[in-house]
Amino acid sequence: MMESATVELGSLAIALKVRNLNFFYGSFQGLKDINLDIAHRHVTAFIGPSGCGKSTLLRTFNRMYDLYPGQRAEGEILFQGKNLLDKKQDVNLVRAKIGMVFQKPTPFPMTIYDNIAFGVRLYENLSKSEMDARVEWALKKGALWNEVKDKLLQSGLSLSGGQQQRLCIARTIAVKPEIVLFDEPTSALDPISTAKIEELINELKHEYTIAIVTHNMQQAARISDFTAFMYLGDLVEFGRTDELFVKPKIVKTEEYITGRFG
Amino acid sequence: MAISLYTRRVLTNRVGIFLSMCAMAFGLSALLWILWTLLSNGFSALNWAFFTQETPAPGSEGGGFSNAIVGSLLMLGVTTFVSTPIGILAGIFLAEYGDRSRFAQITRFITDMTLSAPSIVIGLFVYALAVATLGGFSGWAGSLALSLIAIPVVVRTTENMLKLVPTALREAAFALGAPRWKVSLAVTLRAVKSGVVTGVLLAIARVTGETAPLLFTALNNQFMSMDMSQPMANLPVAIYQFAMSPYENWQQLAWGGALLVALMVLAINVGTRILFRQTNLKK
Repeated sequence: MMESATVELGSLAIALKVRNLNFFYGSFQGLKDINLDIAHRHVTAFIGPSGCGKSTLLRTFNRMYDLYPGQRAEGEILFQGKNLLDKKQDVNLVRAKIGMVFQKPTPFPMTIYDNIAFGVRLYENLSKSEMDARVEWALKKGALWNEVKDKLLQSGLSLSGGQQQRLCIARTIAVKPEIVLFDEPTSALDPISTAKIEELINELKHEYTIAIVTHNMQQAARISDFTAFMYLGDLVEFGRTDELFVKPKIVKTEEYITGRFG
Repeated sequence: MAISLYTRRVLTNRVGIFLSMCAMAFGLSALLWILWTLLSNGFSALNWAFFTQETPAPGSEGGGFSNAIVGSLLMLGVTTFVSTPIGILAGIFLAEYGDRSRFAQITRFITDMTLSAPSIVIGLFVYALAVATLGGFSGWAGSLALSLIAIPVVVRTTENMLKLVPTALREAAFALGAPRWKVSLAVTLRAVKSGVVTGVLLAIARVTGETAPLLFTALNNQFMSMDMSQPMANLPVAIYQFAMSPYENWQQLAWGGALLVALMVLAINVGTRILFRQTNLKK
Protein backbone atom coordinates (compact mmCIF):
# COMPACT_ATOMS: atom_id res chain seq x y z
CA MET A 1 0.00 0.00 0.00
CA MET A 2 1.40 3.32 -1.02
CA GLU A 3 1.44 6.27 1.34
CA SER A 4 -1.42 8.62 0.52
CA ALA A 5 -3.31 11.70 1.65
CA THR A 6 -6.72 13.14 0.80
CA VAL A 7 -8.80 16.05 1.99
CA GLU A 8 -12.43 16.21 2.97
CA LEU A 9 -14.35 18.72 0.94
CA GLY A 10 -16.01 20.04 4.10
CA SER A 11 -19.07 22.11 3.42
CA LEU A 12 -18.87 21.88 -0.39
CA ALA A 13 -21.61 20.02 -2.23
CA ILE A 14 -20.41 16.78 -3.79
CA ALA A 15 -21.23 15.77 -7.36
CA LEU A 16 -19.54 12.37 -7.47
CA LYS A 17 -18.46 10.14 -4.61
CA VAL A 18 -15.93 7.47 -5.49
CA ARG A 19 -15.72 4.68 -2.92
CA ASN A 20 -13.37 1.68 -2.91
CA LEU A 21 -13.07 1.71 -6.67
CA ASN A 22 -11.00 -1.02 -8.28
CA PHE A 23 -10.59 -1.39 -12.00
CA PHE A 24 -9.34 -4.29 -14.07
CA TYR A 25 -8.12 -4.68 -17.63
CA GLY A 26 -8.52 -8.44 -17.79
CA SER A 27 -6.29 -9.58 -14.95
CA PHE A 28 -4.29 -6.36 -14.74
CA GLN A 29 -5.47 -4.02 -12.02
CA GLY A 30 -5.56 -0.46 -13.38
CA LEU A 31 -7.03 1.29 -10.34
CA LYS A 32 -6.46 0.33 -6.73
CA ASP A 33 -9.01 1.19 -4.08
CA ILE A 34 -9.72 4.77 -5.11
CA ASN A 35 -11.67 7.00 -2.68
CA LEU A 36 -12.38 10.55 -3.73
CA ASP A 37 -15.06 13.24 -3.81
CA ILE A 38 -15.61 15.50 -6.80
CA ALA A 39 -16.89 18.91 -5.74
CA HIS A 40 -20.06 20.26 -7.32
CA ARG A 41 -19.38 23.07 -9.82
CA HIS A 42 -15.65 23.07 -9.30
CA VAL A 43 -12.79 21.86 -11.46
CA THR A 44 -11.00 18.72 -10.34
CA ALA A 45 -7.79 17.86 -12.18
CA PHE A 46 -6.13 14.47 -12.43
CA ILE A 47 -2.37 14.44 -12.95
CA GLY A 48 0.28 11.76 -12.99
CA PRO A 49 2.73 10.04 -15.32
CA SER A 50 1.53 8.00 -18.31
CA GLY A 51 -0.16 4.78 -17.31
CA CYS A 52 -0.98 5.99 -13.79
CA GLY A 53 -4.71 5.37 -14.30
CA LYS A 54 -5.95 8.94 -14.53
CA SER A 55 -7.75 8.40 -17.85
CA THR A 56 -8.99 5.03 -16.65
CA LEU A 57 -10.54 6.70 -13.62
CA LEU A 58 -12.20 9.36 -15.76
CA ARG A 59 -13.61 6.69 -18.06
CA THR A 60 -15.29 4.92 -15.16
CA PHE A 61 -17.33 8.06 -14.46
CA ASN A 62 -19.33 7.64 -17.69
CA ARG A 63 -18.86 3.87 -17.94
CA MET A 64 -16.91 4.26 -21.19
CA TYR A 65 -15.08 1.04 -20.34
CA ASP A 66 -18.38 -0.81 -20.86
CA LEU A 67 -17.66 -0.77 -24.60
CA TYR A 68 -14.78 -3.15 -24.14
CA PRO A 69 -15.23 -6.71 -22.96
CA GLY A 70 -12.61 -7.65 -20.41
CA GLN A 71 -12.67 -4.29 -18.64
CA ARG A 72 -14.57 -4.10 -15.37
CA ALA A 73 -14.94 -1.88 -12.35
CA GLU A 74 -15.77 -2.79 -8.77
CA GLY A 75 -16.80 -0.49 -5.96
CA GLU A 76 -19.09 2.51 -5.94
CA ILE A 77 -19.36 5.77 -7.83
CA LEU A 78 -22.31 7.62 -6.32
CA PHE A 79 -24.06 10.16 -8.52
CA GLN A 80 -27.37 11.66 -7.45
CA GLY A 81 -27.73 8.98 -4.81
CA LYS A 82 -27.21 6.04 -7.18
CA ASN A 83 -24.25 3.81 -7.87
CA LEU A 84 -23.20 4.39 -11.48
CA LEU A 85 -21.46 1.04 -11.59
CA ASP A 86 -24.70 -0.80 -10.84
CA LYS A 87 -25.42 -3.22 -13.69
CA LYS A 88 -29.05 -2.07 -13.74
CA GLN A 89 -28.03 1.55 -14.28
CA ASP A 90 -28.91 2.66 -17.84
CA VAL A 91 -25.54 3.54 -19.37
CA ASN A 92 -26.94 5.89 -22.00
CA LEU A 93 -28.74 7.96 -19.39
CA VAL A 94 -25.54 8.18 -17.37
CA ARG A 95 -23.68 9.43 -20.44
CA ALA A 96 -26.35 12.01 -21.17
CA LYS A 97 -25.83 13.41 -17.64
CA ILE A 98 -22.07 13.03 -17.58
CA GLY A 99 -20.58 14.25 -20.85
CA MET A 100 -17.06 13.72 -22.12
CA VAL A 101 -14.61 15.64 -24.30
CA PHE A 102 -11.72 13.69 -25.75
CA GLN A 103 -8.06 14.24 -26.47
CA LYS A 104 -8.42 14.54 -30.21
CA PRO A 105 -11.25 16.69 -31.55
CA THR A 106 -13.91 14.32 -32.85
CA PRO A 107 -16.47 16.24 -34.90
CA PHE A 108 -19.06 13.95 -36.44
CA PRO A 109 -19.08 13.79 -40.26
CA MET A 110 -22.07 16.12 -40.53
CA THR A 111 -22.86 19.83 -40.47
CA ILE A 112 -21.90 22.03 -37.54
CA TYR A 113 -25.60 22.40 -36.75
CA ASP A 114 -26.19 18.65 -36.77
CA ASN A 115 -23.10 18.04 -34.67
CA ILE A 116 -24.80 20.00 -31.89
CA ALA A 117 -28.31 18.72 -32.59
CA PHE A 118 -27.26 15.04 -32.70
CA GLY A 119 -27.07 14.58 -28.94
CA VAL A 120 -30.07 16.80 -28.22
CA ARG A 121 -32.29 14.80 -30.59
CA LEU A 122 -31.50 11.62 -28.68
CA TYR A 123 -33.35 12.78 -25.59
CA GLU A 124 -35.54 15.73 -26.52
CA ASN A 125 -38.19 16.39 -29.12
CA LEU A 126 -37.65 20.01 -30.00
CA SER A 127 -39.36 22.08 -32.66
CA LYS A 128 -37.20 23.63 -35.38
CA SER A 129 -37.11 27.03 -33.66
CA GLU A 130 -36.39 25.50 -30.25
CA MET A 131 -33.57 23.47 -31.78
CA ASP A 132 -32.18 26.56 -33.51
CA ALA A 133 -32.18 28.33 -30.17
CA ARG A 134 -30.51 25.38 -28.45
CA VAL A 135 -27.79 25.15 -31.10
CA GLU A 136 -27.08 28.86 -30.77
CA TRP A 137 -27.07 28.63 -26.97
CA ALA A 138 -24.66 25.68 -27.00
CA LEU A 139 -22.31 27.28 -29.53
CA LYS A 140 -22.26 30.45 -27.43
CA LYS A 141 -21.45 28.38 -24.35
CA GLY A 142 -18.67 26.77 -26.37
CA ALA A 143 -17.32 30.22 -27.36
CA LEU A 144 -17.70 29.29 -31.01
CA TRP A 145 -20.89 31.07 -32.08
CA ASN A 146 -19.25 34.19 -33.50
CA GLU A 147 -16.91 32.13 -35.65
CA VAL A 148 -19.49 29.76 -37.11
CA LYS A 149 -22.85 31.53 -37.04
CA ASP A 150 -22.72 32.14 -40.80
CA LYS A 151 -21.68 28.62 -41.71
CA LEU A 152 -23.79 26.34 -39.55
CA LEU A 153 -24.51 24.12 -42.54
CA GLN A 154 -20.87 23.51 -43.36
CA SER A 155 -19.22 20.26 -42.33
CA GLY A 156 -17.85 20.14 -38.81
CA LEU A 157 -14.67 18.75 -40.36
CA SER A 158 -14.04 22.06 -42.13
CA LEU A 159 -13.16 23.81 -38.85
CA SER A 160 -9.64 24.19 -37.46
CA GLY A 161 -8.45 21.85 -34.69
CA GLY A 162 -9.13 24.32 -31.88
CA GLN A 163 -12.54 25.17 -33.30
CA GLN A 164 -13.35 21.47 -33.65
CA GLN A 165 -12.54 20.95 -29.99
CA ARG A 166 -14.81 23.83 -28.97
CA LEU A 167 -17.49 22.32 -31.21
CA CYS A 168 -17.10 19.07 -29.26
CA ILE A 169 -17.42 20.98 -25.99
CA ALA A 170 -20.53 22.79 -27.27
CA ARG A 171 -21.96 19.47 -28.41
CA THR A 172 -21.46 18.03 -24.93
CA ILE A 173 -22.98 21.11 -23.25
CA ALA A 174 -25.97 21.03 -25.63
CA VAL A 175 -27.45 17.95 -23.95
CA LYS A 176 -27.33 19.83 -20.60
CA PRO A 177 -25.19 17.47 -18.56
CA GLU A 178 -24.41 17.85 -14.85
CA ILE A 179 -20.78 16.89 -15.17
CA VAL A 180 -18.32 17.34 -18.04
CA LEU A 181 -15.27 15.09 -18.22
CA PHE A 182 -12.25 16.32 -20.16
CA ASP A 183 -9.66 13.73 -21.20
CA GLU A 184 -6.53 15.72 -22.08
CA PRO A 185 -8.62 18.16 -24.13
CA THR A 186 -5.73 20.39 -25.22
CA SER A 187 -2.89 17.96 -25.83
CA ALA A 188 -3.53 18.00 -29.60
CA LEU A 189 -3.91 21.79 -29.80
CA ASP A 190 -1.65 24.80 -30.27
CA PRO A 191 -1.02 27.24 -27.37
CA ILE A 192 -3.60 29.81 -28.50
CA SER A 193 -6.35 27.23 -28.88
CA THR A 194 -5.30 25.76 -25.54
CA ALA A 195 -5.68 29.14 -23.85
CA LYS A 196 -9.17 29.49 -25.31
CA ILE A 197 -10.22 26.09 -24.03
CA GLU A 198 -8.82 26.83 -20.58
CA GLU A 199 -10.71 30.12 -20.51
CA LEU A 200 -13.83 28.24 -21.53
CA ILE A 201 -13.41 25.69 -18.73
CA ASN A 202 -13.13 28.58 -16.29
CA GLU A 203 -16.46 29.90 -17.55
CA LEU A 204 -18.17 26.53 -17.55
CA LYS A 205 -17.33 25.64 -13.96
CA HIS A 206 -19.95 28.12 -12.73
CA GLU A 207 -22.65 25.88 -14.13
CA TYR A 208 -21.08 22.44 -14.48
CA THR A 209 -18.96 20.11 -12.45
CA ILE A 210 -15.73 19.52 -14.31
CA ALA A 211 -13.19 16.73 -14.10
CA ILE A 212 -10.12 17.04 -16.30
CA VAL A 213 -7.24 14.70 -16.99
CA THR A 214 -4.10 16.50 -18.06
CA HIS A 215 -0.46 15.61 -18.46
CA ASN A 216 0.33 19.29 -18.19
CA MET A 217 0.91 20.27 -14.56
CA GLN A 218 0.85 23.97 -15.27
CA GLN A 219 -2.56 23.53 -16.81
CA ALA A 220 -3.82 21.71 -13.73
CA ALA A 221 -2.43 24.45 -11.54
CA ARG A 222 -4.01 27.17 -13.70
CA ILE A 223 -7.52 25.89 -14.06
CA SER A 224 -8.38 23.50 -11.25
CA ASP A 225 -9.69 23.94 -7.72
CA PHE A 226 -8.76 20.44 -6.64
CA THR A 227 -6.02 18.17 -7.90
CA ALA A 228 -5.56 14.44 -7.62
CA PHE A 229 -2.10 13.01 -8.19
CA MET A 230 -2.11 9.39 -9.27
CA TYR A 231 0.70 6.91 -9.62
CA LEU A 232 0.61 3.27 -10.78
CA GLY A 233 -3.14 2.96 -10.20
CA ASP A 234 -3.08 4.53 -6.74
CA LEU A 235 -4.50 7.86 -5.73
CA VAL A 236 -1.42 9.25 -4.02
CA GLU A 237 -2.57 12.69 -3.01
CA PHE A 238 -5.79 14.60 -3.37
CA GLY A 239 -6.16 18.16 -2.17
CA ARG A 240 -6.85 21.77 -2.96
CA THR A 241 -4.79 22.72 -6.01
CA ASP A 242 -3.12 25.71 -4.31
CA GLU A 243 -2.00 23.50 -1.42
CA LEU A 244 -1.00 20.45 -3.43
CA PHE A 245 1.28 22.38 -5.73
CA VAL A 246 2.78 24.57 -3.00
CA LYS A 247 2.95 22.22 -0.04
CA PRO A 248 2.47 18.63 -1.10
CA LYS A 249 2.03 16.25 1.84
CA ILE A 250 3.52 13.22 0.14
CA VAL A 251 7.10 12.90 -1.06
CA LYS A 252 6.08 11.19 -4.31
CA THR A 253 3.80 14.12 -5.20
CA GLU A 254 6.60 16.55 -4.57
CA GLU A 255 8.98 14.55 -6.72
CA TYR A 256 6.48 14.53 -9.56
CA ILE A 257 5.49 18.20 -9.48
CA THR A 258 9.10 19.28 -9.25
CA GLY A 259 9.86 17.21 -12.32
CA ARG A 260 12.11 14.60 -10.74
CA PHE A 261 10.25 11.82 -12.55
CA GLY A 262 7.27 11.37 -14.83
CA MET B 1 34.19 1.43 -47.58
CA ALA B 2 31.28 3.72 -46.95
CA ILE B 3 31.33 4.84 -50.57
CA SER B 4 31.20 1.31 -51.99
CA LEU B 5 28.33 0.43 -49.68
CA TYR B 6 26.50 3.49 -50.91
CA THR B 7 27.22 2.69 -54.57
CA ARG B 8 25.89 -0.79 -54.09
CA ARG B 9 22.71 0.60 -52.58
CA VAL B 10 22.23 2.95 -55.49
CA LEU B 11 22.71 0.10 -57.94
CA THR B 12 20.32 -2.18 -56.07
CA ASN B 13 17.81 0.62 -56.15
CA ARG B 14 18.16 1.02 -59.92
CA VAL B 15 17.86 -2.71 -60.56
CA GLY B 16 14.78 -2.82 -58.33
CA ILE B 17 13.12 0.06 -60.11
CA PHE B 18 13.96 -1.43 -63.51
CA LEU B 19 12.44 -4.80 -62.59
CA SER B 20 9.24 -3.25 -61.26
CA MET B 21 8.97 -1.10 -64.40
CA CYS B 22 9.23 -4.28 -66.49
CA ALA B 23 6.53 -5.95 -64.43
CA MET B 24 4.30 -2.92 -64.80
CA ALA B 25 4.88 -2.72 -68.54
CA PHE B 26 4.05 -6.40 -68.90
CA GLY B 27 0.79 -6.11 -66.99
CA LEU B 28 -0.20 -2.85 -68.58
CA SER B 29 0.53 -4.01 -72.15
CA ALA B 30 -1.71 -7.05 -71.67
CA LEU B 31 -4.50 -4.78 -70.49
CA LEU B 32 -4.02 -2.28 -73.29
CA TRP B 33 -3.89 -5.10 -75.83
CA ILE B 34 -7.25 -6.40 -74.62
CA LEU B 35 -8.75 -2.93 -74.71
CA TRP B 36 -7.31 -2.28 -78.15
CA THR B 37 -8.61 -5.56 -79.57
CA LEU B 38 -12.02 -4.87 -78.11
CA LEU B 39 -12.06 -1.35 -79.49
CA SER B 40 -10.86 -2.23 -82.99
CA ASN B 41 -13.21 -5.18 -83.34
CA GLY B 42 -16.20 -3.98 -81.40
CA PHE B 43 -16.41 -0.28 -82.07
CA SER B 44 -18.00 -0.64 -85.51
CA ALA B 45 -20.65 -2.92 -84.00
CA LEU B 46 -21.82 -0.26 -81.55
CA ASN B 47 -24.29 1.40 -83.88
CA TRP B 48 -27.90 2.46 -83.44
CA ALA B 49 -29.23 -0.99 -84.33
CA PHE B 50 -27.04 -2.58 -81.65
CA PHE B 51 -28.91 -0.68 -78.96
CA THR B 52 -32.40 -0.83 -80.48
CA GLN B 53 -32.81 -4.24 -82.13
CA GLU B 54 -33.21 -7.64 -80.59
CA THR B 55 -30.80 -10.51 -81.04
CA PRO B 56 -31.26 -11.83 -84.61
CA ALA B 57 -32.42 -15.30 -85.58
CA PRO B 58 -29.75 -17.59 -87.07
CA GLY B 59 -28.99 -16.65 -90.63
CA SER B 60 -30.79 -13.32 -90.62
CA GLU B 61 -29.01 -10.04 -91.20
CA GLY B 62 -28.61 -7.16 -88.77
CA GLY B 63 -29.99 -7.31 -85.28
CA GLY B 64 -28.68 -5.96 -82.01
CA PHE B 65 -28.32 -6.62 -78.32
CA SER B 66 -31.16 -4.46 -76.97
CA ASN B 67 -32.81 -7.38 -75.13
CA ALA B 68 -29.48 -8.43 -73.61
CA ILE B 69 -28.70 -4.86 -72.52
CA VAL B 70 -32.12 -4.43 -70.91
CA GLY B 71 -31.92 -7.87 -69.28
CA SER B 72 -28.45 -7.18 -67.87
CA LEU B 73 -29.48 -3.78 -66.52
CA LEU B 74 -32.61 -5.24 -64.93
CA MET B 75 -30.75 -8.05 -63.22
CA LEU B 76 -27.92 -5.75 -62.14
CA GLY B 77 -30.54 -3.37 -60.75
CA VAL B 78 -32.21 -6.08 -58.70
CA THR B 79 -28.78 -7.31 -57.57
CA THR B 80 -27.82 -3.83 -56.37
CA PHE B 81 -31.15 -3.46 -54.63
CA VAL B 82 -30.77 -6.78 -52.83
CA SER B 83 -27.07 -6.89 -52.07
CA THR B 84 -26.57 -3.30 -50.90
CA PRO B 85 -28.76 -3.36 -47.77
CA ILE B 86 -27.90 -6.96 -46.87
CA GLY B 87 -24.19 -6.43 -47.43
CA ILE B 88 -24.01 -3.13 -45.55
CA LEU B 89 -26.06 -4.37 -42.60
CA ALA B 90 -23.99 -7.53 -42.35
CA GLY B 91 -20.82 -5.42 -42.54
CA ILE B 92 -22.11 -3.21 -39.72
CA PHE B 93 -22.92 -6.28 -37.67
CA LEU B 94 -19.41 -7.67 -38.11
CA ALA B 95 -17.63 -4.40 -37.35
CA GLU B 96 -19.83 -2.86 -34.67
CA TYR B 97 -21.79 -5.62 -32.98
CA GLY B 98 -20.36 -9.08 -33.51
CA ASP B 99 -16.71 -8.38 -32.85
CA ARG B 100 -15.45 -11.73 -31.60
CA SER B 101 -18.74 -13.54 -31.10
CA ARG B 102 -19.16 -17.05 -32.47
CA PHE B 103 -21.87 -15.97 -34.90
CA ALA B 104 -19.69 -13.20 -36.30
CA GLN B 105 -16.76 -15.55 -36.75
CA ILE B 106 -18.92 -17.97 -38.69
CA THR B 107 -20.35 -15.16 -40.81
CA ARG B 108 -16.86 -13.87 -41.56
CA PHE B 109 -15.67 -17.36 -42.50
CA ILE B 110 -18.60 -17.98 -44.84
CA THR B 111 -18.17 -14.55 -46.40
CA ASP B 112 -14.52 -15.26 -47.13
CA MET B 113 -15.41 -18.62 -48.58
CA THR B 114 -18.07 -17.21 -50.89
CA LEU B 115 -15.65 -14.48 -51.95
CA SER B 116 -13.19 -17.01 -53.27
CA ALA B 117 -15.70 -19.58 -54.52
CA PRO B 118 -15.69 -20.02 -58.32
CA SER B 119 -18.74 -18.25 -59.70
CA ILE B 120 -19.81 -21.33 -61.61
CA VAL B 121 -20.31 -23.07 -58.26
CA ILE B 122 -22.63 -20.27 -57.20
CA GLY B 123 -24.47 -20.67 -60.51
CA LEU B 124 -24.91 -24.40 -59.97
CA PHE B 125 -26.01 -23.81 -56.39
CA VAL B 126 -28.75 -21.41 -57.47
CA TYR B 127 -29.68 -23.80 -60.27
CA ALA B 128 -30.22 -26.59 -57.77
CA LEU B 129 -31.92 -24.28 -55.31
CA ALA B 130 -34.19 -22.14 -57.45
CA VAL B 131 -34.19 -23.28 -61.07
CA ALA B 132 -34.62 -27.03 -60.75
CA THR B 133 -37.17 -26.74 -57.96
CA LEU B 134 -39.20 -23.73 -59.03
CA GLY B 135 -39.56 -24.84 -62.61
CA GLY B 136 -37.30 -23.01 -64.91
CA PHE B 137 -34.72 -20.41 -65.71
CA SER B 138 -35.64 -16.86 -64.73
CA GLY B 139 -34.36 -13.34 -64.28
CA TRP B 140 -35.00 -13.70 -60.54
CA ALA B 141 -32.71 -16.73 -60.36
CA GLY B 142 -30.05 -14.79 -62.28
CA SER B 143 -30.33 -11.87 -59.88
CA LEU B 144 -30.11 -14.25 -56.93
CA ALA B 145 -26.89 -15.77 -58.25
CA LEU B 146 -25.37 -12.34 -58.91
CA SER B 147 -26.44 -11.16 -55.43
CA LEU B 148 -24.73 -14.12 -53.81
CA ILE B 149 -21.53 -13.04 -55.52
CA ALA B 150 -21.95 -9.33 -54.77
CA ILE B 151 -23.01 -9.58 -51.10
CA PRO B 152 -19.70 -10.87 -49.68
CA VAL B 153 -17.81 -8.11 -51.53
CA VAL B 154 -20.06 -5.47 -49.95
CA VAL B 155 -19.86 -7.12 -46.51
CA ARG B 156 -16.08 -7.20 -46.60
CA THR B 157 -15.55 -3.63 -47.77
CA THR B 158 -18.13 -2.29 -45.33
CA GLU B 159 -16.53 -4.12 -42.43
CA ASN B 160 -13.01 -3.09 -43.41
CA MET B 161 -14.06 0.53 -43.87
CA LEU B 162 -15.84 0.66 -40.51
CA LYS B 163 -12.76 -0.78 -38.84
CA LEU B 164 -10.83 2.26 -40.10
CA VAL B 165 -13.06 4.63 -38.11
CA PRO B 166 -10.99 5.99 -35.21
CA THR B 167 -12.09 4.64 -31.83
CA ALA B 168 -12.28 8.22 -30.57
CA LEU B 169 -15.08 9.10 -32.99
CA ARG B 170 -17.11 6.07 -31.94
CA GLU B 171 -16.52 6.80 -28.26
CA ALA B 172 -17.49 10.44 -28.74
CA ALA B 173 -20.87 9.39 -30.07
CA PHE B 174 -21.35 6.91 -27.23
CA ALA B 175 -20.31 9.61 -24.76
CA LEU B 176 -23.41 11.62 -25.70
CA GLY B 177 -25.58 8.70 -24.63
CA ALA B 178 -26.33 7.46 -28.13
CA PRO B 179 -27.42 3.82 -28.44
CA ARG B 180 -25.24 1.55 -30.54
CA TRP B 181 -27.49 1.40 -33.61
CA LYS B 182 -27.58 5.18 -33.73
CA VAL B 183 -23.81 5.42 -33.41
CA SER B 184 -23.36 2.89 -36.22
CA LEU B 185 -25.81 4.39 -38.68
CA ALA B 186 -25.52 8.11 -38.00
CA VAL B 187 -21.85 8.47 -37.15
CA THR B 188 -19.50 5.65 -38.13
CA LEU B 189 -21.25 4.53 -41.31
CA ARG B 190 -21.52 8.16 -42.38
CA ALA B 191 -17.84 8.68 -41.72
CA VAL B 192 -16.95 5.99 -44.26
CA LYS B 193 -19.83 6.63 -46.65
CA SER B 194 -17.68 7.00 -49.75
CA GLY B 195 -15.71 3.86 -48.97
CA VAL B 196 -18.89 1.84 -48.57
CA VAL B 197 -20.37 3.23 -51.80
CA THR B 198 -17.11 2.28 -53.49
CA GLY B 199 -17.53 -1.25 -52.19
CA VAL B 200 -21.03 -1.45 -53.63
CA LEU B 201 -19.89 -0.11 -57.00
CA LEU B 202 -16.95 -2.51 -57.15
CA ALA B 203 -19.28 -5.39 -56.35
CA ILE B 204 -21.55 -4.31 -59.21
CA ALA B 205 -18.56 -4.00 -61.51
CA ARG B 206 -17.50 -7.46 -60.50
CA VAL B 207 -20.84 -9.09 -61.32
CA THR B 208 -21.37 -7.10 -64.52
CA GLY B 209 -19.15 -9.47 -66.43
CA GLU B 210 -20.13 -12.71 -64.67
CA THR B 211 -21.18 -15.32 -67.22
CA ALA B 212 -21.14 -18.71 -65.52
CA PRO B 213 -23.74 -18.02 -62.84
CA LEU B 214 -26.16 -16.60 -65.41
CA LEU B 215 -25.71 -19.55 -67.75
CA PHE B 216 -27.39 -21.78 -65.18
CA THR B 217 -29.97 -19.35 -63.91
CA ALA B 218 -31.21 -16.65 -66.28
CA LEU B 219 -30.13 -18.59 -69.35
CA ASN B 220 -30.95 -16.39 -72.30
CA ASN B 221 -33.89 -15.06 -74.25
CA GLN B 222 -33.98 -14.28 -77.90
CA PHE B 223 -36.62 -11.62 -77.40
CA MET B 224 -37.03 -8.50 -75.38
CA SER B 225 -38.51 -9.45 -72.02
CA MET B 226 -39.01 -7.50 -68.86
CA ASP B 227 -40.60 -10.42 -67.07
CA MET B 228 -38.21 -11.41 -64.31
CA SER B 229 -39.92 -14.79 -63.88
CA GLN B 230 -38.99 -15.82 -67.43
CA PRO B 231 -35.59 -16.66 -68.91
CA MET B 232 -33.82 -13.38 -69.49
CA ALA B 233 -31.31 -12.23 -72.06
CA ASN B 234 -28.10 -10.73 -70.70
CA LEU B 235 -24.85 -9.44 -72.12
CA PRO B 236 -22.34 -12.03 -70.88
CA VAL B 237 -24.33 -15.08 -72.00
CA ALA B 238 -25.26 -13.40 -75.30
CA ILE B 239 -21.59 -12.64 -75.91
CA TYR B 240 -20.68 -16.23 -75.11
CA GLN B 241 -23.34 -17.65 -77.40
CA PHE B 242 -22.74 -15.24 -80.30
CA ALA B 243 -18.97 -15.44 -80.18
CA MET B 244 -19.17 -19.24 -80.54
CA SER B 245 -21.52 -19.04 -83.52
CA PRO B 246 -20.41 -19.53 -87.14
CA TYR B 247 -22.19 -16.38 -88.40
CA GLU B 248 -20.12 -13.33 -89.23
CA ASN B 249 -22.73 -10.78 -88.06
CA TRP B 250 -23.26 -12.66 -84.78
CA GLN B 251 -19.56 -12.60 -84.01
CA GLN B 252 -19.54 -8.90 -84.80
CA LEU B 253 -22.36 -8.38 -82.29
CA ALA B 254 -20.43 -10.37 -79.69
CA TRP B 255 -17.46 -8.04 -80.12
CA GLY B 256 -19.74 -5.07 -79.62
CA GLY B 257 -21.23 -6.64 -76.49
CA ALA B 258 -17.80 -7.38 -75.08
CA LEU B 259 -16.72 -3.80 -75.67
CA LEU B 260 -19.90 -2.52 -74.02
CA VAL B 261 -19.35 -4.66 -70.90
CA ALA B 262 -15.73 -3.53 -70.70
CA LEU B 263 -16.78 0.11 -71.01
CA MET B 264 -19.45 -0.33 -68.32
CA VAL B 265 -16.95 -1.81 -65.89
CA LEU B 266 -14.43 0.88 -66.78
CA ALA B 267 -17.03 3.59 -66.19
CA ILE B 268 -17.92 2.18 -62.77
CA ASN B 269 -14.26 2.00 -61.79
CA VAL B 270 -13.48 5.52 -62.98
CA GLY B 271 -16.63 6.70 -61.19
CA THR B 272 -15.49 5.21 -57.88
CA ARG B 273 -12.08 6.83 -58.31
CA ILE B 274 -13.61 10.25 -58.83
CA LEU B 275 -15.95 9.70 -55.88
CA PHE B 276 -13.05 8.74 -53.66
CA ARG B 277 -10.90 11.65 -54.74
CA GLN B 278 -13.64 14.16 -54.07
CA THR B 279 -14.27 12.93 -50.54
CA ASN B 280 -10.57 12.80 -49.80
CA LEU B 281 -10.18 16.40 -50.89
CA LYS B 282 -12.94 17.46 -48.53
CA LYS B 283 -11.10 16.15 -45.48
